[in-house]
Amino acid sequence: MTRIKLLALQIAVGLGLIALWHVGSTVPIFGRTLLPPFFFSTPADVALRVVQMIAAGKIWPHIGTTLTETALSFAIGAIGGIAFGFGFARYPTMAAVFEPYIKMANSLPRVVLAPIFMLWLGLGIWSKVALGVSLVFFIVFFNVYRGIQEVSPVILANARLMGMNERQLFRHVYWPSALSWMFSSLHTSVGFALVGAVVGEYLGASAGLGYLIHEAEGVFDTTGVFAGMVVLAIFVLAVDVAVTAAERRMLRWQPGREEARA
Amino acid sequence: MAAVLPFKPAATRETTAIALNDVSIEFRARGRPPFKAVAPTSLTIADNAFVSIVGPTGSGKSTLLNVIAGLLKVASGSIQIFGRRLDGINRDAGYLFQQDAVMPWKTALDNVALSLEVAGVHREDAQGEARAWLGKVGLGRFLDRFPHELSGGQKKRVGLAQVLIRHPKILLMDEPFGPLDAQTRQIMGNLLLDLWAADRKAVVFVTHDLEEAIALSDRVLILSAGPEAHVIGDHRIDLARPRDAADIRIDARFHEIHRTIWGQLKAEVAKTYGADG
Ligand SMILES: Nc1ncnc2c1ncn2[C@@H]1O[C@H](COP(=O)(O)OP(=O)(O)OP(=O)(O)O)[C@@H](O)[C@H]1O
Ligand SMILES: [Mg+2]
Repeated sequence: MTRIKLLALQIAVGLGLIALWHVGSTVPIFGRTLLPPFFFSTPADVALRVVQMIAAGKIWPHIGTTLTETALSFAIGAIGGIAFGFGFARYPTMAAVFEPYIKMANSLPRVVLAPIFMLWLGLGIWSKVALGVSLVFFIVFFNVYRGIQEVSPVILANARLMGMNERQLFRHVYWPSALSWMFSSLHTSVGFALVGAVVGEYLGASAGLGYLIHEAEGVFDTTGVFAGMVVLAIFVLAVDVAVTAAERRMLRWQPGREEARA
Repeated sequence: MAAVLPFKPAATRETTAIALNDVSIEFRARGRPPFKAVAPTSLTIADNAFVSIVGPTGSGKSTLLNVIAGLLKVASGSIQIFGRRLDGINRDAGYLFQQDAVMPWKTALDNVALSLEVAGVHREDAQGEARAWLGKVGLGRFLDRFPHELSGGQKKRVGLAQVLIRHPKILLMDEPFGPLDAQTRQIMGNLLLDLWAADRKAVVFVTHDLEEAIALSDRVLILSAGPEAHVIGDHRIDLARPRDAADIRIDARFHEIHRTIWGQLKAEVAKTYGADG
């Protein structure tokens, strides 16, 4: 399928869904609309609100806040995950001792941590960053750990016979392998960083897209909720495009990347 | 170093690259009796000899190379490399593995250059030499390909360049030409012979192709079917050098040698299947 044709189909699906929404919320069938505007708003209203928010400029600080929180969550979580991943792979005894605790911590639904983070870190961005980090850390950690363990023994033997010392092994073998695993889960970990930020904002904040949606909900402003969701969705798409570009650059050596471009 | 070998005459100490003294090899896994892969074997390989090992599949050829490379510990006996007891990785050996061992995240050029960079050669110099070596193995047009963009035989040749560029004193090769077509095999065989003639190092060459073994080697060792594999044949190949890996195959003496060794090998290969069936 050509790029143009694919894009056309994608847009057609979007337009179709919006058309259904529009008909459902504005055209009465047997005297009543299927999607009452009080609960579902209408596409035109939502679009208008989005345009207004952007035109008035009051949306940008919120996007900025959410973006900052997402970036910080990802950066801190990734650095922590990489450090612990390498530490555990290097020191198997430490890994064995900590394993049950790591599993326990990871199985905890992170939402229950949000109030505690707010108690500790206040309503500013850091409680959201902490929530995001608690999600990102484990994904990166598990992937880096796997990446190091899954290095092919033959490649490792080859590197050793080449005369590599520990530092060179790290740089030429373990690091690229760990990074490839980490990058293959990049969409998930960046997604979780974003979830942490938005959920944190939703539960208590004074800025951010999650806060906007929560605020609109508080006054039963359905149009505001949907407008917030639309902005959030556009924001997620933009982040996703950036992640895909980064991934493509980093994982150029892997099979199957060429087809992904089509 | 000399102190290690009081029992050996000075002359052999000079020329022995690899000495296995009653080496046996076992694989141990929990919940299973140890698998005796190689029975106690003694063997010496001179430091300018081209030695081939042939034997049925699963007989222990790769295992033997792994032990000489220092990747695998022996169950009993000892190994001496240039008179020095081997403990850990064999720093004198270059090893072309049976499986793919090139780094998938580096291009062909970077893979080969890395071999020198690790030893402290400057990046530009290493790349220059890597380019030349990739040219020699016929991959001059594939410098910036990643391994997954290369065919099996091309990957093998990247591995070959990666090993040869370091000029190891001992060259261990496990079916280096396995995935190549007959023509390329002979070209690579001749390339190997040329290189070897230039600085005669010890080569241990594992192959399934008996003709190839005879064409290239000074000596062909036959390994028995495993378990407890051992050397059942040690044939000197007295064909004149320099040789051409292709032309030598029509030599009358070549056929004579081939007939002798083939009889022995055939019986051994049959055993592998007899034992399983
Ligand atoms: N890690 C291992 N654990 C247990 N057994 C092993 C291991 N590696 C090899 N073996 C066994 O040792 C024997 C020799 O294996 P090896 O790989 O040396 O055979 P080979 O002669 O190289 O065969 P091929 O020609 O098929 O490459 C085989 O029976 C194999 O099953
Ligand atoms: Mg083998």
